[in-house]
Amino acid sequence: MKHFILLLLSLTCINSCKDSNKTTSTTNLSANFSESIANGKDIYTDFCMTCHMPDGKGVPKSFPPLANSDYLKNNRLLSIKAVKYGLSDAIEVNGETYNMPMASLGLSDAEIADVMNYITNSWGNQNSEMITVKEVSEIKP
Amino acid sequence: MISLKQLLLCPFFITLLCCAQDKNPTNNQHTHTVVVDNLNIPWSFTFLPDKSILIVEKDGRLLHYKDGATSEIKNTPTVYNRGQGGFLDIELHPDYGTNGWIYFSYASSEGNEKGGQTAIMRAKLKNGALTDNELLYKASPNTTKGQHFGSRIVFDDDDYLYFTIGDRGQRDINPQDITKDGGKVYRLHDDGRIPSDNPFTNETHSKKAIYSFGHRNPQGMTIHPETRAIWTHEHGPRGGDEINIIQAGKNYGWPVISYGVNYSGTKFTDITEKDGMEQPLHYWVPSIAPSGMTFISSERYGNWKGNLLVGSLKFQYLDLCYISEGKVVKEERLLDGLGRVRSVEQGPDGFIYVGIENLGIVKLIRN
Repeated sequence: MKHFILLLLSLTCINSCKDSNKTTSTTNLSANFSESIANGKDIYTDFCMTCHMPDGKGVPKSFPPLANSDYLKNNRLLSIKAVKYGLSDAIEVNGETYNMPMASLGLSDAEIADVMNYITNSWGNQNSEMITVKEVSEIKP
Repeated sequence: MISLKQLLLCPFFITLLCCAQDKNPTNNQHTHTVVVDNLNIPWSFTFLPDKSILIVEKDGRLLHYKDGATSEIKNTPTVYNRGQGGFLDIELHPDYGTNGWIYFSYASSEGNEKGGQTAIMRAKLKNGALTDNELLYKASPNTTKGQHFGSRIVFDDDDYLYFTIGDRGQRDINPQDITKDGGKVYRLHDDGRIPSDNPFTNETHSKKAIYSFGHRNPQGMTIHPETRAIWTHEHGPRGGDEINIIQAGKNYGWPVISYGVNYSGTKFTDITEKDGMEQPLHYWVPSIAPSGMTFISSERYGNWKGNLLVGSLKFQYLDLCYISEGKVVKEERLLDGLGRVRSVEQGPDGFIYVGIENLGIVKLIRN
């Protein structure tokens, strides 16, 4: 029993260390990455905010949340694709179904990378693997 | 006891405000049938004399619905489909039967700068294609901003053409400056010439086509069936959507006066009234995100005649605004929850037709 508790404690420690590492790694982003996130904030304000809201929480039943969104976290490619080409199928986000299609926004690949880097690193979201223009350009309809 | 100040400071309360539904009750005395299906964003539509329908899809397509089938019209203008911009409004010339002119608004990237701005074109329809396309107005400069293209077109009884352009996301630059496009209602002759008696033709460097200014993003405009006045509505930011009656040379106040706040909840102005600026006839808090506008002037809907219909994008209903002595005295939800209501027109048969995103065009029927 004692061993089990020790094991638990050490696991918790490893876990929390991991978490703090993660936080550090995203706060020490490369200059490119930080710049992309900053540009992405302007794109967000222009194109996304009226529906997804300044806090990324969306609007219940209409516009899905981006903040702490499991969909965004688990569907990197599909999320980029949705911004690039629009989305017409229903999706499930944090246990709720959203059936409001999103039209294609007409953004360039660079703008899509920027806004994706912004939303995946805002409101508690964390993504240490930068989304690049090349990655966006390779996604087909 | 919690003070009002504490309540206002409470973030939870602010969140509630942000997501608040409006209080308009649902009307249960109506139903609808789907007339045209499979549409994405029917920004506008109009009826041709043969009762077929021309439908503008924001993505750049012009559709012709006739005898139960939809075909695509060719040779449409090249559209800058970005953000809220795309292929926008359509309106027939009052003498369409004689001259065949159809008027369009759309976001266009014509010009030297990167980006786009609102343009007005007229063209004729021949053998499934537009011909004689003439660009009548192109606002400038272009910008890559995605917001507020305005777009609505109406004709008055003297064949003057009015149209709207929103502030293009440059709130503090365009709407109060008559030397700049954006945040304006415009007036032209039907062939694109600028009327010599437009209100600002004598001002140096002014955009001579401007008819009124201080607008944010008007996406509804219609002529009152009896007074013949021009009614518009416009999107506010968070709160402060407005209905206005447009008069030559008047300043409608955006962003100096407003009943809205920034999307983030912060304020950009402390005042709602100022000398020399028009008060809205009606305003909405919270915003309903209005699009499309028409009066019921037919006998099809009993005592609804004379009332105003406004689409709500945000709350997904058709707002029946009861009008009494020129004021909105009551509002009810029609077609509640069918989808984002983008456009509304009274057809030649007197019925109301409503363009709903990701659904189509539906016909409103009063029980």
